[in-house]
Amino acid sequence: ASCMQHRLVVRDASSLQILHLYTCLDQIQYIEWSSDSLFILCAMYKRGIVQVWSLEQPEWHCKIDEGSAGLVASCWSPDGRHILNTTEFHLRITVWSLCTKSVSYIKYPKACQQGVAFTKDGRYMAVAERRDCKDFISIFVCNNWQLLRHFDTETQDLFGIEWAPNGCVLAAWDTCLEYKVLLYSLDGRLLSSYRAYEWPLGVKSIAWSPSSQFLAIGSFDEKVRILNHVTWKKITELDHPATISSKKTIVYKEVEKSPTVDSERLSFPPTRALASSLFSTQSKYDISQVPVSLQHIKPVADRANPKVGVGMLAFSADNCFLATKNDNIPNAVWIWDVRKLKLSVVLEQLCTIQYFQWDPCQPRLAVCTGSSRVYLWSPAGCIVVQVPGEGDFQIMSLSWHCRGDSMLLLSKDHFCVCYLEREEV
Amino acid sequence: MGDWKTITVPVLSSDSKNIFSYTSERKRSPTSMNSQVLRLSLPSSKNMHSFFSAFCTEENIEQSISYIDRELTTLGFPSIYAESKGKELNLIAIINCMNELLTLQHKNLRAQEEVEMQHLKLGSDMDHLQNCYAKLKEQLELSKREIVGLQEKDRQLQSKNRNLHQLLKNEKDEVQKLQNIISSRATQYNHDMKRKEREYNKLKERLHQLVMNKKDKKLAMEVLNYVGRADGKRGAWRTDKTEARNEEEMYKVLLSDYEQRQKQLLLENAELKKVLQQMKKDIISLLPPQKQKPKERSEDGLVQSDQEEDIGELNKENMWELSCETVREQLTNSIRKQWRMLKNHVEKLDNQVSRGHSGALNEKDVISREDHELETEKLELEIQQCKEMIKTQQQLLQQQLTCDDDTTLLLQDCYLLEERERLQEEWRLFREQKKNFEKERKSFTEAAIRLGLERKAFEEDRGAWLKHQFLSMTADCKSENVTTPSSDPDIRLVKSASRQRKLPFVLSPTASPEPCQISQYITQNSVASEKPAGDKIPNLWVENDDKEET
Repeated sequence: ASCMQHRLVVRDASSLQILHLYTCLDQIQYIEWSSDSLFILCAMYKRGIVQVWSLEQPEWHCKIDEGSAGLVASCWSPDGRHILNTTEFHLRITVWSLCTKSVSYIKYPKACQQGVAFTKDGRYMAVAERRDCKDFISIFVCNNWQLLRHFDTETQDLFGIEWAPNGCVLAAWDTCLEYKVLLYSLDGRLLSSYRAYEWPLGVKSIAWSPSSQFLAIGSFDEKVRILNHVTWKKITELDHPATISSKKTIVYKEVEKSPTVDSERLSFPPTRALASSLFSTQSKYDISQVPVSLQHIKPVADRANPKVGVGMLAFSADNCFLATKNDNIPNAVWIWDVRKLKLSVVLEQLCTIQYFQWDPCQPRLAVCTGSSRVYLWSPAGCIVVQVPGEGDFQIMSLSWHCRGDSMLLLSKDHFCVCYLEREEV
Repeated sequence: MGDWKTITVPVLSSDSKNIFSYTSERKRSPTSMNSQVLRLSLPSSKNMHSFFSAFCTEENIEQSISYIDRELTTLGFPSIYAESKGKELNLIAIINCMNELLTLQHKNLRAQEEVEMQHLKLGSDMDHLQNCYAKLKEQLELSKREIVGLQEKDRQLQSKNRNLHQLLKNEKDEVQKLQNIISSRATQYNHDMKRKEREYNKLKERLHQLVMNKKDKKLAMEVLNYVGRADGKRGAWRTDKTEARNEEEMYKVLLSDYEQRQKQLLLENAELKKVLQQMKKDIISLLPPQKQKPKERSEDGLVQSDQEEDIGELNKENMWELSCETVREQLTNSIRKQWRMLKNHVEKLDNQVSRGHSGALNEKDVISREDHELETEKLELEIQQCKEMIKTQQQLLQQQLTCDDDTTLLLQDCYLLEERERLQEEWRLFREQKKNFEKERKSFTEAAIRLGLERKAFEEDRGAWLKHQFLSMTADCKSENVTTPSSDPDIRLVKSASRQRKLPFVLSPTASPEPCQISQYITQNSVASEKPAGDKIPNLWVENDDKEET
């Protein structure tokens, strides 16, 4: 599904054929599929309206108006039948039910990056709240929206919460002014609290491993600390230095290839394809010899939220690899082997890395840097894939299909789907 | 030497004056004494003459004699006058006195020499000591200067140290101050933040009230129709039961997670225990047999017995279920013990090796290195030879591959011919063997047939003979049966009966032994069969006897 201005276009994933076309009342800011893929919600924050469309019955419609309360965020509940709207200034979260037309309110939600978290099996929802200058977490049962537990956290200013994939542990972390990660069990008990250091800037990003065995904490001191789920103590620290000297690390460097032009095929006026291939630069990967020194930038010291530290963390689906990005060294993706807890590969690109995501089925990483190429890495090697087409297609973000055989590449105003062929065995 | 007396004699030369003005002070400097003594001990002949002539001249002979006599008597010598009256001189006494004086003189001279020697020695010792003293003084000076220098350095370093300590303290103080500043600022910021937040909350509340008060109809949801729940169930009311159920479910989820984890941990534990047991066994097998001194042997023996006990105990118990503290501790302790023993053993070996290395002389090391080099050279030579061989073989192979077609065909034909000939030979052999086997088989079958026939004939004969015997027996029995010859037939009958009983037994084993034996037997039998039938039985008897004997 994709939206353009105030139109919602639904296409088939394998053929990109347009299946439905809906028109909304205002410019759509956010769309989300329901978990059973039967409904799509379109949120228009300016008007404070959420419209829901059905795929089975195109005539069915639903409109939720928040009125003067305004709308800041909207999302589905895991059962696909409730919509949670966050009103302006985070006054409250309204839970609208599509089955019963009933409304519930959650008061005092916290205005933070990740204030609402659902467990993977969709049973429980954790909401971060703040009352009287103190942080609380409430756990609700998604079935009937009953409050299960309500407890306070020892944080100064709770920044985010995230459930472990096994649904039994909730990680909560403080703002970057305080390095503090708290781990709560499902029934609200504090299992452990972890603090690496006191004064420098703290946690920047957090990721759970898919088996819930490890919690990776990326911080502003360019290190990733991994905690284990048995003792909740740090098992290792992964450092991101600007010079890589270990002999066991493979460094792939993206290198520009000068375009080869067949002089015979030059014709006048030059065809479009030829022109584009002339002007677009090809690139490929080269293996650099260790020691390699990566391009790093010194952040401006007196600005808030400096570009330092480990900003992106992702575990691969089979729990074998961890990909990280150190914002100091913005062109490199660091891939760590989780079994050996060592750095195995570094991908050095020509431009700043915008986004990367692991394939949900295999250990394959797709990286985009804002150029018109998507980079794929797997333990077998890495390749550069050029997006064919005229002009520039600057990939800002990408998203894998849940089956792992295709992915969506997004630029500012376009998107394209990349299909990956399976090897014939 | 005694005291030197000053003797003033009226007329004396200048030399003798020197001698006689000698005083007996021992405190004189040794050098002057030396020269004086020398002068005294070595009077020159010229002095002697003048001396002698100075003392006694022709005028004062009597005076001088009386003087000498006086001196001698005072010295303890007997008088030189004869019988102390008159002026006659006792020549013997004079000579004796002279002799005595001479010996005394010799003695004195010797003593003098000795004294001089000692004097010299003492002088040289003195010199030596003076030299040493001078040197030591110099050294002392030097070391004093050094000490002073070092003390200076020490002072400088200490002052530096103090400075650095001071700097460190200053820095630490600064750091502490900065930290305090940071913490105070942080608390201040927190306080301000809280204040602002409270204001903000108040605004939010106000806004909320306003928003809620508005009650505009827009705040609603328009749905065309209700949508069924994803799982098809109806919505339930909120009651206590549902709350309780929620709690239950939550605890169930948690418990299942814990159980899963515990299972995993148990599996891990079991595996690790297995590994430990294996390691223990390996370590025990690695430990050396008792070749050490008795002390160590006793220790090892004790420990071995401990180990055996441990093994026994742990093997008795089942590894799987028991996870109690004592078992775990026992296992780990026993492994630690054995690991320590192994480590000691390895250390001992290392020491031995290192001692062996260090004990050898340097030459030996050099030699061993030379040996090593020789060996490497040898190996290199071997490698070269092998390489050359490989090359030649490769060349040959290539030749084979690249030679003309004709030659290859010929070669191949040659090989084929060889093979064919070999095969033919083998076939021939095989056929011969086959023929032999066939012959033997035929002979066997014939023999078997003959045997069967013979047996039949034999049985018939036996039957006839028995009948005959029986008839003869009964005929004999009718007559007197006391006669021994008649008993013979009985006995013979009995014997024959027993022998005949034995016959089949004898025959059957003979059927199994080698064919040659049977063939012999058969030939014998056939020979026997040619004889007249009446003799057959005794022949058979003979055969059987023979057979039995064999």
